[in-house]
Amino acid sequence: MITKKIYLYFPKSETEKPIVYRLVKEFDLIVNIFRAKVTPEEEGYLSLEVTGSQENIDQAYAFLGGFDVVIQAGSKSVRWDEGRCAQCGACVVHCPTQALSIVDRKTRAIAFCEDNCVECLACVAACPFGACSSAF
Amino acid sequence: MIKTYAEINQKIAAGKAVVLTAEEVIDYVDKRGLEAAAKEVDVVTTATFGPMCSSGCFLNFGHSTPKMRISEAWINDVSAYCGVAAVDVYMGATQLRHNDPANMYYPGEFRYGGGHVIEDLVAGKKLQLFGLSYGTDDYPRREIRTLFDINDLNQAIMVNPRNCYQNYNVAINTSDKRIHTYLGILKARMRNMTYSSAGQLSPLLNDPFYETIGVGTSIWLAGARGMVYAQGTQHCSLVERGADGVPVEGAGTLALTGNMKEMLPEFVRGASFKGYGVSLALGVGIPIPILNPEILRRTTVRDRDIMACVIDYSVDYPEKTGKVLARYNYEQLRSGEVELDGKKVPVTSLSSYNKALRICDLLKAEIEGGRFLLSEPSQRLPLNQGMKPLNITGPAR
Repeated sequence: MITKKIYLYFPKSETEKPIVYRLVKEFDLIVNIFRAKVTPEEEGYLSLEVTGSQENIDQAYAFLGGFDVVIQAGSKSVRWDEGRCAQCGACVVHCPTQALSIVDRKTRAIAFCEDNCVECLACVAACPFGACSSAF
Repeated sequence: MIKTYAEINQKIAAGKAVVLTAEEVIDYVDKRGLEAAAKEVDVVTTATFGPMCSSGCFLNFGHSTPKMRISEAWINDVSAYCGVAAVDVYMGATQLRHNDPANMYYPGEFRYGGGHVIEDLVAGKKLQLFGLSYGTDDYPRREIRTLFDINDLNQAIMVNPRNCYQNYNVAINTSDKRIHTYLGILKARMRNMTYSSAGQLSPLLNDPFYETIGVGTSIWLAGARGMVYAQGTQHCSLVERGADGVPVEGAGTLALTGNMKEMLPEFVRGASFKGYGVSLALGVGIPIPILNPEILRRTTVRDRDIMACVIDYSVDYPEKTGKVLARYNYEQLRSGEVELDGKKVPVTSLSSYNKALRICDLLKAEIEGGRFLLSEPSQRLPLNQGMKPLNITGPAR
């Protein structure tokens, strides 16, 4: 069993289709949805983690490829730009899962641990430097 | 033992100066003893990196054909002050972008403003100038729209009326609603605290009585060779001071200037405070010449010796009640958690200790390499100066 992070973009033509249902039903995947959004233009975004056998995951990717869906595999839809981070630490208290934390007490360096991130987006509002951003 | 600026500069020029950062000097003096260390150490480097709202820059565009006496101007849609000469403008760090909804839909995002224009200039990006004028006989052009970058300007001089606050408030929110401030987002019912100081690295905390930092002092302003050109606005040295004269509140400030064409983008950063507005975060390094043991002793100030006051930004700060909820030293604040009214409160900073350390090291390397000489201030900063309030007088309208 392996776990993969993916986020999907659905154009308007695909938002009516029960894609997640079929991921569970046909490919036996455990789906953990971080966040989903339908924009006023009726496009959809979905950020999730899927757990299953490598074979099933590969087949699920092939299945998703049959739709007009943009697949971003391997990363969450929240990004931390190290170059933009001013290492102030203002985000740390707003991050509920310590995904953003001070990793070196001496130099007070900040780092982002993507595995801990639950995409609550609190950091996006808290960062004065725009270092944290969301794909949707 | 007394050294002079000239003696220290001779050693720097010869590449023989002994330079320590404000962090390194603490252990060094502990080991060597004050008198011996004062003979050995020539310069201590101090620094700070954080949001400093009272910042901005003068830009000179040169003349177009035909000439124009610009009376209104926007750079990337951010308004610049044009009440100077024909093609001189001042871009302030906290100016919002034209049509920014501000807090109309609270809390506003303030994604771009004067601070970001300044960041983009230093980063060498292309920006758009839009200017209007009423037209005169000698300056007939009435409108201009063109792209430019910092290299196209004759001068881009940062002129900051108030930087490097000696010390600063710690902010908390006792109300039952989340508030948005220039010290960041403060959760309801005291669920977090924020501060903004480099503590033991901070320039004026290492020279609490302004013995070496004064008008004319050479500084490292975001990588450029800058200087202190005046006392900072709201310089208020007549405040309560704790151990060794270290103030427990804002106190002294510096007015700084430097050539933006020499600055490093890493240390000039636009900042957006949700629900508050835009600002500019800046890196400043100031060398302290070790002229005598007393000056050296003051540079050994530690986070635990520096106190800061906790102020309630939901009531006491806006209403100016003067109430202080508690005091902590920077060692406690930097630990990430303090106890207030029997409750553990997480603490974070808006000032970057990490970048301040980097600046101390960069300035140290410049001085060691003989590339940065010290200058003796031509005027001291006022020592016993208070601060006036703004009283509302005159007939009611």
